[in-house]
Amino acid sequence: MNQYVVLRVVTKLMIPVILLYGLYIQFHGEYSPGGGFQAGIIFAAGFVIYSLIYGLDKAQDAISPEVAHVFAALGVLLYIVIGIASFFLGGNFLEYKVLLPDDHAGETFGIIGIELGVGITVATVALTLFYSFAGRERD
Amino acid sequence: MVAIAIVKIRDLFAVTMLTGIYSLLAASLFVVLDAVDVALTEAAVGAGIMIILMLGTLALTTSKEKVHRKPQNALALVVVFITGAALIYGTLDMPHFGDPEAPAHTHLSPHFTQESVDEIGIPNMVTSVLASYRGIDTLGEAVVIYAAAVGVLLVLGSGAVRRRRKEKTDSGEAQS
Repeated sequence: MNQYVVLRVVTKLMIPVILLYGLYIQFHGEYSPGGGFQAGIIFAAGFVIYSLIYGLDKAQDAISPEVAHVFAALGVLLYIVIGIASFFLGGNFLEYKVLLPDDHAGETFGIIGIELGVGITVATVALTLFYSFAGRERD
Repeated sequence: MVAIAIVKIRDLFAVTMLTGIYSLLAASLFVVLDAVDVALTEAAVGAGIMIILMLGTLALTTSKEKVHRKPQNALALVVVFITGAALIYGTLDMPHFGDPEAPAHTHLSPHFTQESVDEIGIPNMVTSVLASYRGIDTLGEAVVIYAAAVGVLLVLGSGAVRRRRKEKTDSGEAQS
């Protein structure tokens, strides 16, 4: 799609906004609608648009498939680590209020942490799916 | 109406587009029902990523559905009708839509709506229910998503991606 100047320019302007909106939804999920799932998908959508316009190779230079695989596992791991951490700090599995001295702060910290884990997993999984479909030639 | 069209049309490209429209309609419906979180998910996943993935699949396969005449099986039809009738009969026992006396509205909902802000300390009830009260549920969802990625990689293989990067030759973009 190299010949479509309008598409290229508009995409270049839009992608930072899309990524920023994804981050906003990620970290503002406690106050407004949103959370890890939606944020991850929106973040991945930014990269999908980029690779649709500029080509798959450019997008894979930004986030390579291997990095995406690793981060998908790291997101789930972050979630589980927070759960186990609260378990070892004297609470139940995923009982966040023991994480910090103040109950509310602990809950908020835990929720932000697991939402971040979910967000990372969803974004990289969506990218992985897109890569593995778009990267194949028709047999 | 869109759903009927999706079932009827044989051209899979049109079906993909109609699926996106259906998702968008569902998202607007959720907004009307004040479920903004769900609407956001539906719009992003259903109307956004899903369509891209379906188009990617169509680019790999073909966009025409194979027409096949299957023999009519009367017994199967009877079984389907009996099962459907049993399910519909089962819904008669459920509480009416919006019934204030329903168990869900007398026990859990008041607790979540009235005390979650004090208990958890964040204003968005949906997030506190999702991430705190039902944390293990959400953990399961995250694991399911990860398992989906692993499954797709096992079936499709990430080798194709890498091979393509190495060759980097002809034809440029493979996506539609």
